[in-house]
Amino acid sequence: MRYVLAVLVEDKPGVLVRVAGLFARRGYNIESLAVGKTVEPMVSRMTIEVEADEKILEQIIKQLYKLVNVLKVSNLTEEPSVDRELVLIKVSADVSNRAEIQQIVETFRAKIVDVALNSIVVEVTGNQEKLEAIIMLLSQYTILEVVRTGKIAILRGSKAIK
Amino acid sequence: MKMSGIQMVVESLRNELVDTIFCSPGGTPGDMVSYLSESDIRLVMYCHEQGASHAADGYARSTGKPGVVFCTSGLGLTSLVTGIATAYADSVPMVVFAGRGMSASSVYDAEVDMDISSITLPSTKHSIVVRSILDLPRSIREAFHLATTGRSGPVVLDLAFNAQTDTGIYRYPKNIDIRGYNPVYNSHQGQVSKAAKVLAKAKKPLIYAGGGIIYSGAHEELRQLAEKFNIPVTTTLMGLSGFPTEHPLALGMLGMHGTYWANMAVNEADVIIAAGARFDDRVTGRKSDFATKATIIHIDIDPAEIGKNICVDIPIVGDVKQVLLQLLQKTGPQDTQSWLSQINAWRSSAPMRYFQDPEGQICPQFVIEQIYEQTKGTALITTEVGQHQMWTAQFYKFNKYRSFMSSGGLGTMGYGFPASLGVQLGCPDDVVFCIAGDGSFQMNIRELATAVRYNLPVKVAVINNQHLGLVRQWQEMFFQSRYSSVVLQSAPDFVKLAEAYGALGLRAETPSEVIPVLQKALSAPGPVVIDFRVKAEENVLPMVPPNCSISEMVMTVE
Amino acid sequence: MKISGAQMVMEALKLENVDTIFGYPGGSVLNLYDMLYDTNIRHILSRHEQGAAHAADGYARATGKPGVVLATSGPGATNLVTGIAAAYMDSIPMVFITGQVPIPLIGTDAFQEVDITGITLPITKHNFLVKDVRELPTIIKQAFYLATTGRCGPVLVDIPKDVQQAVADFHYPETVSIPGYNPTYKGHSGQVCKGAEAVACAKKPVIYAGGGVISSGACQELLQLAELCGIPVATTLMGLPAFPGNHPLSLGMLGMHGTYWANMAVSNADVILAVGARFDERVTGDADSFAAKAKIVHIDIDPAEIGKNVAADIPIVGDVNLVLKELLNKVKPCDTGAWLKKIAKWREDAPLSYSQDLDGEISPQFVIEKIYEVTQGKALIATEVGQHQMWTAQYYKFTRTRSLASSGGLGAMGYGFPASLGMQIGRPDELVFCIAGDGSFQMNSQELATAVEYNIPVKVAIINNQCLGMVRQLQQFFCKERYIAVDLQQVPDFAKMAEAYGALGLRVEKPADVVPAIEKAMAFSGPAVIDFRVMANTNVFPMVPPNGQINKMIKGEQQ
Repeated sequence: MRYVLAVLVEDKPGVLVRVAGLFARRGYNIESLAVGKTVEPMVSRMTIEVEADEKILEQIIKQLYKLVNVLKVSNLTEEPSVDRELVLIKVSADVSNRAEIQQIVETFRAKIVDVALNSIVVEVTGNQEKLEAIIMLLSQYTILEVVRTGKIAILRGSKAIK
Repeated sequence: MKMSGIQMVVESLRNELVDTIFCSPGGTPGDMVSYLSESDIRLVMYCHEQGASHAADGYARSTGKPGVVFCTSGLGLTSLVTGIATAYADSVPMVVFAGRGMSASSVYDAEVDMDISSITLPSTKHSIVVRSILDLPRSIREAFHLATTGRSGPVVLDLAFNAQTDTGIYRYPKNIDIRGYNPVYNSHQGQVSKAAKVLAKAKKPLIYAGGGIIYSGAHEELRQLAEKFNIPVTTTLMGLSGFPTEHPLALGMLGMHGTYWANMAVNEADVIIAAGARFDDRVTGRKSDFATKATIIHIDIDPAEIGKNICVDIPIVGDVKQVLLQLLQKTGPQDTQSWLSQINAWRSSAPMRYFQDPEGQICPQFVIEQIYEQTKGTALITTEVGQHQMWTAQFYKFNKYRSFMSSGGLGTMGYGFPASLGVQLGCPDDVVFCIAGDGSFQMNIRELATAVRYNLPVKVAVINNQHLGLVRQWQEMFFQSRYSSVVLQSAPDFVKLAEAYGALGLRAETPSEVIPVLQKALSAPGPVVIDFRVKAEENVLPMVPPNCSISEMVMTVE
Repeated sequence: MKISGAQMVMEALKLENVDTIFGYPGGSVLNLYDMLYDTNIRHILSRHEQGAAHAADGYARATGKPGVVLATSGPGATNLVTGIAAAYMDSIPMVFITGQVPIPLIGTDAFQEVDITGITLPITKHNFLVKDVRELPTIIKQAFYLATTGRCGPVLVDIPKDVQQAVADFHYPETVSIPGYNPTYKGHSGQVCKGAEAVACAKKPVIYAGGGVISSGACQELLQLAELCGIPVATTLMGLPAFPGNHPLSLGMLGMHGTYWANMAVSNADVILAVGARFDERVTGDADSFAAKAKIVHIDIDPAEIGKNVAADIPIVGDVNLVLKELLNKVKPCDTGAWLKKIAKWREDAPLSYSQDLDGEISPQFVIEKIYEVTQGKALIATEVGQHQMWTAQYYKFTRTRSLASSGGLGAMGYGFPASLGMQIGRPDELVFCIAGDGSFQMNSQELATAVEYNIPVKVAIINNQCLGMVRQLQQFFCKERYIAVDLQQVPDFAKMAEAYGALGLRVEKPADVVPAIEKAMAFSGPAVIDFRVMANTNVFPMVPPNGQINKMIKGEQQ
């Protein structure tokens, strides 16, 4: 099963290497990983998506906690949470099919952020299903390039991970 | 007061009550020494970084204090990797100071432009790069704190050049708070009560004790608990010397080369208290067949060990000593007599034995038993890795706390001899024996120079079978005796070699020579190497083959 | 036909024409050793994995073929780390095969489990953890390809025990395609032309040759180019055997302990042709003032070396051999007579010198010069690290390619002796000398047992000054003579030690006995150790102080 973990870490050099090394060393699979600063100075937040069974997940969380620079690990999978990923898709497009693409883009509440003679760039934000769906639809035109940020997630309600 | 980084390092070592530093040639800065000479700290130089690290490890295991190692950041660290990994695998507290330009040969290290400190990442509890002198005192405090608390382990401090040479105000923090590091010492009360309830109903309880008993200083509590409720105790290799082998409740070691009765007890027990142990594959064999009839209570300070190798019924995260104390207050099993008799029946049906023909070749087990007899079990023992290590675990009776130092987790050949030098430095008044194989002794044999230079009166008993014995045994048992690269055709003449270093060299070739030679070694004031020429093709038995269950234990090899 | 992973490894080794491997068995490589039993591959059993690694490295340096090492998981693998790092720093082609615990146990801190691919990440060209036996043939093929092409280097393949036991079809790929790996061999012709023009216009050219000349097999081309254009050649430590040390155009070594005239030549040159060298700080001293007057042409196969330490005016990325061949087609003979005269003057001003009182203590330099004379410069030499290494670079004139093995980049003490065993195994008909210090020889002296077991007739010359001479020298100069942790005392007695192992042990205390001892060791059919008791407080001169300018050398004791 796929799990989403929110990991607060100290913003120090080498922390990413330690986390990535831990996953490599213990044979855990990372599906995606996104890192960014938080409002608290010197603390970063990683959102890690992992493919694991429950037993492995438990180990992942415990092993992460053993890293001295890891401050908090939360499993957001079962909690009510909002998760998003941003994707940029470059599609080959010209006058003949631009309107069709435009329609798909609007349906998904995506945006066209760049238009060139033979291509456009679509920006879309959403959860996994939505992204897969739009990529699938756009693939009937030629997709030239796809860039994804990896998933980020936040709890619903006033509870915060600090 | 303003001082240089190097001076701060020395001051901090004093604050941490460090009395011995282990280093390799060129491992400390020239500057540092003049500050050291004003302190009580002694600097012991080994021939090779590996020797220094194992020695620091032996010092730590025998004294309970962290071993302190100095090296240069480039070449020094690459040669320390085995030593650090060995300490990490066995949770030994160690602080390694490494730094670019650390040594007097700094100008030569500077050329090493690779990212070397990351090579230790997978096998340290933590590593800290100190880039500024402002962070130095706190970082050193952190390193010692991390190394010695919770589940102890090695910590590497990588000191940048300017952090050593700049000057600054020195203030050493007394207490330290590391946000992401909060080991749990006090266990969950509910879990302890649950455990006690299960234990009270047990008919066939068993304690399975690991190295955690020793590190948390819980040997007394363990003995009290066992005696109060008449619970038999089996230990892991690392747990030897955590419970007296000669105690009536002691079952000896369990696992791959454990005793038949200890393994049978695990198999049949209805409640197992695993105390400071981690269900290593050498202990459990095939996991699905391990202790299937038992409710397992697992006490460990490291939450990540719980449920890692085996599913347990009642996990208790906490300091083993505290938890055992709490269990002592509760009720325990009522009557274990029939269980103990059952175990005794197993014991008499398949005792540990070997046959020493007085006219024949020396049996390796005989040598180890005689070391026990001649030292009356008071010696501190280090071992290398191999057959002799297992025979030591089987035939030496460890009745004294912290008297057994051996590389359990990593299985490092070459550990034992340098470790014995560290043990002797830490415990100058004790008799220290290194029980070695001829293959593994050769790995760090160069440290004989260190033994002689510092006159460390360690006694090395080389169980010389002219083979890599354990590998040979596996090839015999699992590869139809197709011996490949296990015969050590050209070993040095250990006696002459000892003499070349200025140590005493002795040899025993017949059983009747064993005792006189041991007595001679014990009365010698300096380091001694004894070459015991033993039977070559002796096997370590019993044996649970890898990934097998205890019922598949091999008792004899025909 | 389906075969086991272990068998695949042996088949692959045969297909890679590996005839010798170095190693030490253990629990997780038992299957590999069992398959080894059925092959004709020669296995050299060392006494410590570090010894195996350095021996294979020496084998690779002496033969040009990749050195192959087999070790078990856990401590076996970690014991290789220094050997891997030494090979990595000097770009030596090597393939390390390690056992690993079975896949289900990976990550559980099992017995003898370490994350060796994680540990060796910064010190290997590449490494692999094999998770599926079907990938094994391709991975081994890639490992050898990566190790031996482009800028050579060590590659590690970690094979879990269950992968060794698993069976699959064996198809060894003939070709390799690695998308992220495409070394450039042929130099850009425009750049080569520019390089040729620079050489043609030069009045004061110097060739600065490094280890890349040797690994690309370009010694002949280098000699031709130097002779054709009359360009003097200074080499790095790694490049010493790339150009005959007794050639009139040879300047010897440059850098920290290089010759005065080599350093002066580089400092005053108008064009420097850097060939397979990387402007290491031991060579450049203060990098900003290095060759400040010169236009620098930098030929190297590794684009990352260009501009890393010193900015190059004309970079040429490519195989040194191919680039030199192209250059040879484009350059013309030049007149550098005046320049060579000037260099000869510098040579006269500050020659390499030492004094040997025939009734006094032995000078270390004297021993090395005598080894050179007695062997007529034809021996293969391995050195340890320290003063003796620098004296060897100064006083032994290397005349043949691949005749030196020395840990230049990492400076690994303990490298030389095991490396000399590997050299001898790779080139059994040659005479091999290991020149060692008393401190560094001790680091891997256990390999004497290996030397005796396989009767590897290496001659070890220990330049025994009873201290860590180089560290002592630095403390004298830069630590106000506060000597610490340098005194090794007379432990052990090396001659007795050699005898304890069954080798020949000799001790020499008088200058007059030096040559007879060398001859006696050479006449002996097996390994020999000569303990040369030399003056304790000799320093290596000349010397550029750390980070100093290389034209401002300390020439001798008096300064």
